[in-house]
This record gives sequence, C-alpha cells and structure tokens, in this order.
Amino acid sequence: MVNLAVKIKDLELKNPVMTASGTSGFGEELADFYDVDKLGAILLKGTTLRNRDGNPYPRMAETASGMLNAVGLQNKGIDYFIENIYPRIKDYNTPLIVNVNGSTIEEYIEVTQRVNELDKIPAIELNISCPNVKEGGMLFGTSCASAETVTREVRKAYSKTLIVKLSPNVTDIAEIARAVESEGADSVSLVNTFLGMAIDAEKRIPLLSTITGGLSGPAIKPIALRMVWQVSRAVKIPVIGMGGIMNATDAIEFFLAGATAIQVGTAIFRDPFTPLQIIDGLEDYLNRHQIDDICKLVGALKY
Amino acid sequence: MPSNRIRMKKNVGEFTIVSNSALNNTNYHICLQSDIGLPDIAPGQFTNVDIPNNKDIFLRRPFSFFDVDYEKKTVSLLVKILGRGSKSLTELKVGSKLNLVYPLGRGFTIPDKNDKVLAVGGGSGVAPILQLAKTAGSSPGQMHIAIGARSAEDHISIADYLQFAQFYFTTEDGSLGEKGFVTDHPIFHDLTQYNRIYACGPLPMMKAIAARAKEAEIFCEVSLENLMACGFGVCLCCIEPTVKGNLCVCTDGPVFNIKDLKW
Repeated sequence: MVNLAVKIKDLELKNPVMTASGTSGFGEELADFYDVDKLGAILLKGTTLRNRDGNPYPRMAETASGMLNAVGLQNKGIDYFIENIYPRIKDYNTPLIVNVNGSTIEEYIEVTQRVNELDKIPAIELNISCPNVKEGGMLFGTSCASAETVTREVRKAYSKTLIVKLSPNVTDIAEIARAVESEGADSVSLVNTFLGMAIDAEKRIPLLSTITGGLSGPAIKPIALRMVWQVSRAVKIPVIGMGGIMNATDAIEFFLAGATAIQVGTAIFRDPFTPLQIIDGLEDYLNRHQIDDICKLVGALKY
Repeated sequence: MPSNRIRMKKNVGEFTIVSNSALNNTNYHICLQSDIGLPDIAPGQFTNVDIPNNKDIFLRRPFSFFDVDYEKKTVSLLVKILGRGSKSLTELKVGSKLNLVYPLGRGFTIPDKNDKVLAVGGGSGVAPILQLAKTAGSSPGQMHIAIGARSAEDHISIADYLQFAQFYFTTEDGSLGEKGFVTDHPIFHDLTQYNRIYACGPLPMMKAIAARAKEAEIFCEVSLENLMACGFGVCLCCIEPTVKGNLCVCTDGPVFNIKDLKW
C-alpha cells in the first residue's frame, strides 16, 4: 500500500490530483460521470464579486496539441455561488477550493471574506493570472509589486490555506513566486494559460472574439514543467504544478520537477476520467518503483 | 468499472464500428456498438467523439445521434465531411474502436399524438429530425418533415421513416423536389396547421424558420452547434446569448426553444 496523501499547509488531500479551475465546473458536471469524492480536490470555476457574462463567442480555438480559450471568467458572482451552488456541493467528500478573482484589490478582498465564512471551503486559490479579462486578472500577477500587494491584502482577510495561482506570462516567474511567498501565500499553483493567438488565414480574421486568449494543453507542458522546476527551487512553500498534464507520466514529471500536488485541466475536456486515471497511474508507478510515499518523489529529479 | 458507468448520467466508453458506409456524396453513416448497455438517448442529444489516428486533432468532435438500438446496443451517427475531424471518421475500418462521451445535452421535446408537427432538416441536421419522428412514433398525417440539400445526391434515403412522417424535399439545383432553400418550400406558406416546429441544420436556415415560427406564434425548437471543447458544461466555450444570459449549448442545449434565444 502506497501513500498518496499530501498536505498543503492545513489543506489535507487524500491524493495529490486536483482538477484545475475552469475545467471542472463546480464538481457537479464531473459527478455526472463518476464519484468525485475520489479526486484530491476540486478547484471551482473562477468566481468574482459580481456576475460576469464573460467574453463574446467564439471563445475557443483548437491549436496544435492544445487549445486557446477566451472565456473571460463567466460566472454568476460570489453571492449566487453561496446561495445556490455551495449548498448543492458542500457535502462532497473532497476539498472544494474557490478560485478567487477580482478587477480591484477591494473585490479580491470582498470575495475572500465571503468565502472565509464557508465551513466546507478549506482553501482559496487567488487567481492573479487570468489572461482573458481587461481589468485585474493577469495584471496583478505580472509585476512583483502588485502580486505582493494583492497577496498581502487577501492574506489579512483569510485565515485558511491560501494558494496563489501564477501567470507564466512574465519574465521571471520565480521572482513573482518569491514575492507572494514573502506576503504569506501558503502555496503557489502554476501555470495558468499562456497568452496566445490564432488566425483564420483564408478569412483573415482572428479565431477568438477577443483576438488573443489563453493557450493550454500538452503544447505548453515543457514550459510549465520548466517553470515548476524554477519556482520549486526558489520558494519553500509547496508548489502545485499544472500545464498540459494528460496522463500519470506527465504528472510524475511534475512531481520530479518539484510539485507537491498537480492539477489536471484541459485534459478533462478530452476525457473527464483523466484525473482518476492519473491517480491509478501514480499508485502503479510508486508500486513499480517500490516507493511507499508520493512525497518522496517531490523534487526527486536526478541530475 | 464499465458496469458502474451505465448507472451514471453520462459515460465515456469504447464503441466498435460495425459499419461505416457512404450514403451519398457528402454523408457517411457510422454504426457503433457498445460492450455495455446504453443509457436512454433522446433525439437531439449528442456525443463527443475522440478522433483516432490524427495527431493534428486535439479536441473531440460533437455529432448528434442518428439512431439508437437498445437491444443491439448500437448507436449510429450521420457524418458529413466538413473538415479534418469528420474526414478522419469516415476513413475508419469496421472493427476499429471509437471513444465516445455520451449522451450529452438536452434533446427535443417529444411531440405527443395530438400535436401537428413540422420538422425541418438541412444537411446532416436531418439526423436528429428523423430520430425525433421515430421516437415520437408519429404518423404521416401528424408529422411533416421538410428536408433541404444542395442536390439530389446529397439527400439520404428516408425509406425507413415513411411510416412516421410525410416528407417534402428541396434542392438548391432543383434535382429533387422543389428548387431553392428548404424555407422556400410551399409548406411554409401556411404554418397555421402546425402547433410545433422543429429545426436542425445550418444557422441561416434555422434563423429563417425561427422568424416564421415567431411571427405565427408557434412553439419552435432549434438545435444549435456552437464550437465546443468539452461537451459537458465545464469549458464554457459554446455559449449562446439567451434571455437567461449566456447558456452552454452543450448542457442547456443543443436544443433551445426560440423564445429563449436572442434571434
């Protein structure tokens, strides 16, 4: 029997495989397929203070080994979540983590304060890396000063586990990671999507209504892996790795590069069972290599 | 595991291709058999199909169900070659496997015996329309189906469905039935005999039908096919602006009542 349980500050996970925000709805959509209690955690769809319609259609373009999206944080706002969605999902036996968004620091704080009152939400993921909104989002995550400020203010408003989700659209992601660590982040998750673009050459038009969008999928995996490697060596807090993870082998690579846990995102669009297959695959890998604890793989790259 | 999955609302599963044949110039009929029993599949619901042997294609491709046989555990798809994904599917050999996410979306409201129905199919949109007639168990007196295509060679055989509906054809080149678009057919001259209209096909066709139904104040459902990634409501890419806000075509649709659409 191998141990897959990991701890991220006070957040205890039965296994290190989470579903990434924006790729698993509120858990209910996956519960149509299987028992979501098997998941390590569910990162809920990005939530803002007020209702957001998101960006106009088209919001998606398939690209080589991946896709671009420009959803733009469509959600009904934190109050709607608390009144209508939270009561339906709160009894899942897996940690539910709210992905907190804002266009101003005040909005981040207000959403965080509301979430802080919810018993069944043991952690938040502070999203300072959404590339698809005009205000806030990634702007907070692309300079050390603004990343520090928003992390500091949210930290004051939140007593449970605080994860900060980092943008890869920066010159030095390790520097941003150190900045949020210094302001009290308990963990960093990376990477969010890469800013990208797709064009219909025949029609000479962009494929996304917003012209640019976020690139995800296996196309970004080598870059994401490199960033997890750099960040895990730069900070002491646990790193949650993501970016193009399609199977257990991909996941293992992220652990070896220094991730304590991983998130599965775009792969879910292709097959919602991917996270469960990865959990089984991790167990197989540990057995095959006679390793009794997933924690022993974290940063265990030989070089 | 497979035995459990059937109890879930939605499944991901392997199907074996039992036949894959060209119906005409543009349409293929692919029949797929499941190893396990099938859940209830309603007309207008769809499946998101993993395209094998094609490294250029990352995402699945959605197809409406054309026919379902619960006893034989088979489903069939009407595949019109539109791009790389559909082309790949039509080249697959009998016996090869396809991975499906199914059943997805909300289908058409099934008409009852007292309803007088006009159902309109354009291109491969004919698939769920025929399945609707079969599922409703309607009669030619009760259901009229108008099908439009580019030319006679693009029409598929409706021999198996003659018991369920009266058929009307149009072609753009006049090679079968009335010449013109399906919405030019004389059947549209007087819609008052119908209390339900259904449409599945190209967007301009559905919008034209919706406009006529709205004018005549007749119940009307259309099936949309916005670009989607997941098919089960998590990616939020296939949204349609509605009077209830942006809704997902994959979970709130693909069938919508036109009174909810901003057309």
